[in-house]
Amino acid sequence: MSKDFLGIKDLDKNAIMTIIELAKQKKQEIFNNSFRKKILKDKTLVTLFYENSTRTKISFSVAGQYTGMNVSDLDVATSSVQKGESLIDTAVTLDQMGINYIILRHQQTGAPHLISKYVKASVINAGDGSNEHPTQALLDFFTIYEKKSSFKGLNVTIIGDINNSRVARSNVIGLKKLGANVTFSGPTTLLSKGMEVLGAKVSYDLKDAIRNADVIMGLRVQLERQSGMFPSLREYANIYGISSDLFTLAQKEAILMHPAPVNRGVELTSELVDSSASVINDQVTNGVAVRMAILELLQFGGF
Amino acid sequence: MKICIQGGLVLNPATNLEEITNLYIENGQVEFIGEKDSSGYEIIDASGKWVMPGLVDIHVHLREPGFTHKETIETGCLAAAKGGVTTICPMPNTEPVIDNECIVEYVNTMTKRANGVNVIPIGAITKGQKGEELASIGNMKQAGICAISDDGKTVMNSSVMKKAMIYANDFDLPIFSHAEDMNLIGGTMNAGENATLFGVKGLGREAEEIIIARDMILARYTKSHIHICHVSTRGGVELIGFGKTFGINITAETAPHYFILDDSILFDYDSNKKMNPPLRTKDDVEAIKMALKNGIIDNIATDHAPHHYDEKRQPIEAAPFGIVGLETSFALSYTYLVKTGILSPLELIEKMSTKPANIIKIDKGNIDVGKIADIVIVDVNKKYTIDSKDFVSKGKNTPFNGMEVFGVIEKTLVNGKIIYENSINCN
Repeated sequence: MSKDFLGIKDLDKNAIMTIIELAKQKKQEIFNNSFRKKILKDKTLVTLFYENSTRTKISFSVAGQYTGMNVSDLDVATSSVQKGESLIDTAVTLDQMGINYIILRHQQTGAPHLISKYVKASVINAGDGSNEHPTQALLDFFTIYEKKSSFKGLNVTIIGDINNSRVARSNVIGLKKLGANVTFSGPTTLLSKGMEVLGAKVSYDLKDAIRNADVIMGLRVQLERQSGMFPSLREYANIYGISSDLFTLAQKEAILMHPAPVNRGVELTSELVDSSASVINDQVTNGVAVRMAILELLQFGGF
Repeated sequence: MKICIQGGLVLNPATNLEEITNLYIENGQVEFIGEKDSSGYEIIDASGKWVMPGLVDIHVHLREPGFTHKETIETGCLAAAKGGVTTICPMPNTEPVIDNECIVEYVNTMTKRANGVNVIPIGAITKGQKGEELASIGNMKQAGICAISDDGKTVMNSSVMKKAMIYANDFDLPIFSHAEDMNLIGGTMNAGENATLFGVKGLGREAEEIIIARDMILARYTKSHIHICHVSTRGGVELIGFGKTFGINITAETAPHYFILDDSILFDYDSNKKMNPPLRTKDDVEAIKMALKNGIIDNIATDHAPHHYDEKRQPIEAAPFGIVGLETSFALSYTYLVKTGILSPLELIEKMSTKPANIIKIDKGNIDVGKIADIVIVDVNKKYTIDSKDFVSKGKNTPFNGMEVFGVIEKTLVNGKIIYENSINCN
């Protein structure tokens, strides 16, 4: 049992299923105030985000609140980070205030791993560089499990900017452990040759990648990380965008996922985002549930 | 002072000498090798040890002027002496850059205040290492530089590089090429399977190989001497091998980490495993070892790159590139090249002393009679564990902590004077 939650890499299948099972219960508490057990009452959680975020940060905040914690956010833009305070010094400062959970998002791979060695608090990786985004992957697993009740033999296709996507990486690492088949697709400039080492099949033919898929996950075209990897958004949408027509190639009951925010009309058409196949909104709720489960399990040594 | 180093295995690649004998020093020079009356000489017992020319490390960073929190000429020289290195060539990426004779003279002055290790600076190719206008190459040569380089950067404008090569010929200076395409930077570790697995941004081998090829082609037409720094890839080795058979005046170096370590060790995101070029794959490591054996790679340097504790205490992608090397290069090279049978003792010393001295055209790396007595006595049978806490360099950034190696430097002599004696590991 580790004090920290740094990556899907560190979890086995049982640990993932334990989180999913607990998340199922936690989901009941989200929309029903009276069900909330406040199991982490009086504990403290701080979100420390060096990169922009809407849903991950707020999701951790509310998960903390629903479990009874006191939650603070360190606004990096107005903090001593701007005076040049180092990451380790910032984390140790929070630790010395008796914080129980540090939720770190950082633009550099390995940042949470580094601070975890210097603090007593539990460090949770909310995204590090182009490495992992383990809580996002877990909410994806929970959502898939809810809709499909099993991972065995499931065909999951992830499409888009795989090279820069910590979501894709955490997903493939976990989905392989759970017994699903993962296919990556996208332009070669965003999906380098050799990505197979992560355990996915790589297909540069979008139709081929979508055909017979049970789950299709679009990834956001990360406008902030692009430097001419494709000629224009218009061309990307035209060649790699997923439309309702393309989606019909998938299995009949296929679901559409996306870590959001969606660039509507780029990686997914608006029509598809708002279609009955889309579980994008379920993912948001499940994100809170999964994070509640992880916070609780870290405290009580459940995995 | 007269010294007799008695009963050691004297190894001198320049004269192909490998013999248990005595070596006599007088007036800072080697006076006699063999048996003769030693009365009047201070005796150093070297039985069971190697007696060899002091190592010549033609690629180090001493950080002075400008970055004295990382290293100074004084501390760098202490580290050199401890590592058996008697001549070091610091790169010009200081602040200000060593791009004119005044800065060279500053380095010379600080060297005089240090422990006696020979410091022969490398001047910049271009002003401020900006890759635009030629630095004061001629004036710097008069002040004592042995080569020119924009190390850490590549002169990307081929026209400027060609001009520099032609001009350097007038001063008989080799050009040291950092060999990295500056349009292909931005990563942290070798691009490949392990970078993908660890989620760390990659640096492709092509960045190194493109510039090796370009600089070789320029050297071919300008007839200048190009020296490729820190070769780390199989492709680089192949290109240099091709250049040599083609008659191009090309020499090449590598560093111990490139023939010992590979990129699989970066799984823990330890910033002390980050350097540029990065650790490559096991296949590249094999190619580097072969190139040392067959002579495609001429010499071993360290690219000694000290950084401050705080600078390395950051996420690996934010930490600066570089590791220290002066205090560990001999033991690592001996352990991983000689003990493994890849190089003979003479071949190792040739690569760490004789050849690099030839590359920068200095009369060192040779302890024949009449030569300057820059000499190292080393106990190659003594084993120790590398611990950066023992380093005298200001930089403690090494990936070799905890590694067991053979080869303790017992004494280092420069100009016939003992400047370092091992006290810690004495039995």
